[in-house]
Amino acid sequence: MTTSATRRIPAVLACGLLVALLGGCAGAVAVRVKPWQRAALADVSMNPNRDPLGAAMADHVYFSRETANGGRGVGGAGCGCN
Amino acid sequence: MAHPIQSPRFGALAALALALALSPSARAEVRPGDPFPQLPAGAGRPAARVLLVDFWASWCAPCKSSFFSYDRLQADFGSRGLAIVAVSVDEDPAAYAAFVARMKPTFTTVMDPGQGLVEAVGVPAMPTSFLLDRSGKVRFMHAGFRGAETAGEIRREVEGLLEEPAR
Repeated sequence: MTTSATRRIPAVLACGLLVALLGGCAGAVAVRVKPWQRAALADVSMNPNRDPLGAAMADHVYFSRETANGGRGVGGAGCGCN
Repeated sequence: MAHPIQSPRFGALAALALALALSPSARAEVRPGDPFPQLPAGAGRPAARVLLVDFWASWCAPCKSSFFSYDRLQADFGSRGLAIVAVSVDEDPAAYAAFVARMKPTFTTVMDPGQGLVEAVGVPAMPTSFLLDRSGKVRFMHAGFRGAETAGEIRREVEGLLEEPAR
């Protein structure tokens, strides 16, 4: 192999890696769910806060039985000490 | 000697890859100036009328509020030559029927069997409406429905198109 060809190997490898990475991103975007295919995503069952009473009861269970508090966004680290 | 990564060729390749990665995927296939594809059976198309084609779904909250605006448009401009066809992209006929029964629209609603039309049109958001002039050419497009803002824009555009002479 000639010296100039040897010198080009890192550049070719870098180019290939870049195209593979960004091409992969482009592919991932291309298979995104289309706006008219989002019926399942818009379903009420996809809303984690659809039942406030149920969520409050679950939180109480986590707090009283597992001493885990704050896992839903309350300040603190979930140690139950707040 | 400059490092290979600093070469212009590498820069061009990187720019191309970046452009490919970041290119917007949600872009309408049908845009203002284009002819509109054939509507589903049952929609009809009264000749020489300004036509508002709206893509909606029963699971889409803004679609519901858009129906009230279209009812007002139909009442105000129907006699002057506006026709409204609301194309549902629902896959469940029961959901479509329940929505129509609840909303009781005063304009034409049809289903899009197999989502063939919406796929061909490639709407960028739900709902999306297209305003066609009397010759059947798309003149305006509205992706999404932002209440009074979108309703006002459509009203102004409809008034303008109705004043244009039939070609």
